[in-house]
Amino acid sequence: MSRRPQAVEPSSVAHLREAVRSAASGRTPLRLRGSGSKDFYGGMPLGEQLDTRAHSGVIGYDPTELVLTARCGTRLAEIEALLAERGQMLAFEPPHFGPDATLGGCVASGLSGPRRASNGLYFGAVRDHMLGCRILDGNGQILSFGGEVMKNVAGYDVSRLMAGAMGTLGVILEVSLKVLPRPAAEATLRFSATEQEALDRLNEWGGKPLPVSASAWRDGVLHVRLEGAAAAVESALRALGGELVNEMAARAFWIGVREQTDAFFAGDRMLWRASLPSVAQRLELPGEQFIEWGGALRWLRSDAEPERVRAAVRRAGGHATAFRSADRARPFEPLEPVQEVLHRRLKAVFDPLGILNPGRLHPDW
Amino acid sequence: MVVALPETEPQVASILKVCHAMQVPVVPRGAGTGLSGGALPSGHGVLLGMAKFNRILAIDARARLARVQPGVRNAAISEAAAPLGLYYAPDPSSQIACTIGGNLAENSGGVHCLKYGLTVHNVLRLRGYTVEGEPVQFGSEALDSPGFDLLALAIGSEGMLAVTVEASVRLVPKPHTARVIMASFDDVETAGNAVADVIAAGIIPAGLEMMDKPATHAVEEFVHAGYDLDAAAILLCESDGTSEEVEEEIGRMKAVLSASGATQLRVSGNESERVRFWAGRKAAFPAVGRISPDYYCMDGTIPRKRLGEILRFIAEMELKYGLRCPNVFHAGDGNLHPLILFDANDPGQLQRTESFAAEVLEKCVAVGGTITGEHGVGIEKINQMCVQFGSAELEAFMQVKRAFDPSMLLNPGKNVPTLHRCAEYGRMHVRGGQLPFADLPRF
Repeated sequence: MSRRPQAVEPSSVAHLREAVRSAASGRTPLRLRGSGSKDFYGGMPLGEQLDTRAHSGVIGYDPTELVLTARCGTRLAEIEALLAERGQMLAFEPPHFGPDATLGGCVASGLSGPRRASNGLYFGAVRDHMLGCRILDGNGQILSFGGEVMKNVAGYDVSRLMAGAMGTLGVILEVSLKVLPRPAAEATLRFSATEQEALDRLNEWGGKPLPVSASAWRDGVLHVRLEGAAAAVESALRALGGELVNEMAARAFWIGVREQTDAFFAGDRMLWRASLPSVAQRLELPGEQFIEWGGALRWLRSDAEPERVRAAVRRAGGHATAFRSADRARPFEPLEPVQEVLHRRLKAVFDPLGILNPGRLHPDW
Repeated sequence: MVVALPETEPQVASILKVCHAMQVPVVPRGAGTGLSGGALPSGHGVLLGMAKFNRILAIDARARLARVQPGVRNAAISEAAAPLGLYYAPDPSSQIACTIGGNLAENSGGVHCLKYGLTVHNVLRLRGYTVEGEPVQFGSEALDSPGFDLLALAIGSEGMLAVTVEASVRLVPKPHTARVIMASFDDVETAGNAVADVIAAGIIPAGLEMMDKPATHAVEEFVHAGYDLDAAAILLCESDGTSEEVEEEIGRMKAVLSASGATQLRVSGNESERVRFWAGRKAAFPAVGRISPDYYCMDGTIPRKRLGEILRFIAEMELKYGLRCPNVFHAGDGNLHPLILFDANDPGQLQRTESFAAEVLEKCVAVGGTITGEHGVGIEKINQMCVQFGSAELEAFMQVKRAFDPSMLLNPGKNVPTLHRCAEYGRMHVRGGQLPFADLPRF
């Protein structure tokens, strides 16, 4: 993508660029925003709002190349519909958290859905499907990294760095993503299982060549989704047993998990996201838990002291995020001192004046 | 030059601390199988040989991961995990010799990475030391970590950001079975289009490789893989999974390949035949080494639909430079490995080869691709970096390097050219006056 001549640069680029330059000269913090579907996530958004939605549209999509390139303001729903027409999908199944969620926010938040911990082909988060991007850095300079090909090791892998950086390293202008064919067959099974039984089974199945593409445990019930070739799904259905969930109900269930519209996520009680090794023991914390990703992602509704939650997750080898919380001061796990230094220096490379999304990823910048 | 062969982590830390205090360059090195000079020693520095860090520390079957030291060979991980029905997926052709440390440095791929990913998709955590000798960890054994994705940044960074002493890599379940189709085509472009047709049919083969006629001829003499020597190009398309699944997918792929103009299809009848079909592909480089005193391997990646154009261009370059160039191609992901045959003892041939290669890589960039898919920039392709990137991006890379290594001591001079070097190469790209302080006299 870096060398591809942009025949006509849309005026939306000039607009974003001017906004960043003027913010840079006035040292004015900017709050980058698409539809605002992820306003709740990370530190409290601060600064003058820079709406990215005018910079929208799919720039390139060739199904046989498995690559889609689109502008940041493009609605995720539009991208997914376009891919579906050609039997393809974003394998990382990004949560939208709103009808108008944009590609820019999807990449900046770095959040991935139930299929993230899939066995085999579909494994991976947003970052794993990032092939390239064009950004506006904090000086209003346009930079291109990566490209539109599957394999590319020229220079440092800066495009993957943008996934999950919460817009603190640049305004993401365009993104090239690897896309994949939709599975030929899909089925969802339901089992009764205690938390420990669910963790044991999921870790055992993860080590077998089974087409498990999603899992969710809550309150004594384990749901497992199988996706792949028809023959693979059929033989897994025979091997695993359990109760087959009807297709409509299964679709609705997984959307509920992805979009957090499932009953577990209702209400205002603090929601923690604990990312930890799938084999970690059950977290001994008060409150209710919801397990995804084969055990590697655990949602917790709990009023326990934040430090108690963080310490328990750290001991289990992971990190906790205050995902939905009234207190936005420090949503993410604090960094180790060496990491802190590297983060500050990298931030200074791409946004030396500290004007892009201050406080959203780190309380100090 | 000093060569250090540390055996313990405190030794690695001490070496780095001493070198940092004395401002001496340090070049980490694994098995030295790299193809871009990424581990080339510095004449005025310390070569940090990691060969003694060769232990597999743990294979955790339940967590499906291996904790390994960087000097462990790629294939040794899969061998150790095999009794558990697991393996480490990235399989560069040099996997019997190359080490995981080098794989991390170059973000190595292999013939199965279309389906199973590159090194970056299969590593959870790196532990190592900064240039100052401070311990540092990127990633974790969870699926993500707080802050920036420094793990992704470190992988493929050619040993320039930190020194790795341990990695946690993912192990994945070994498929029940695998079979491979060998499809013959009487025209290279038809074979290229067949690849697009397979993908368009919604199939992601476990492996999808192409070799042209000169390459199959070189290989056949060496390993007797049973390739069709009359074909202008052959494709190897692998399916893996349960036996029913493989049966179904092989059937679908055969139908697509026939419809796309394959002149002959052969399906491996058993595991030894499958291994033999692959052995030919994996031995392509040594096989070519037998038919030519020297060869030079390229590593460009292109959007697959531009394959015909690139192959025609390579044919023109063969005439222009008077050198032959067989092609092996990771067709599924667009990664080309043309091999220029030459004789370094013949004055001028090396220089012609290098010019040939430079033109091909620049053509890859021109069609929307990259100068390196999996071998890295190292020192070899450093001039072509000036073609692929503008000065603003090169400057950003340089600053990323400085964020980790302010005095530029770790593997200096690799991967990212100075703007000065680009100017000398005649490829200083300044887009729209975007060079910082564009009016300052320089160089």
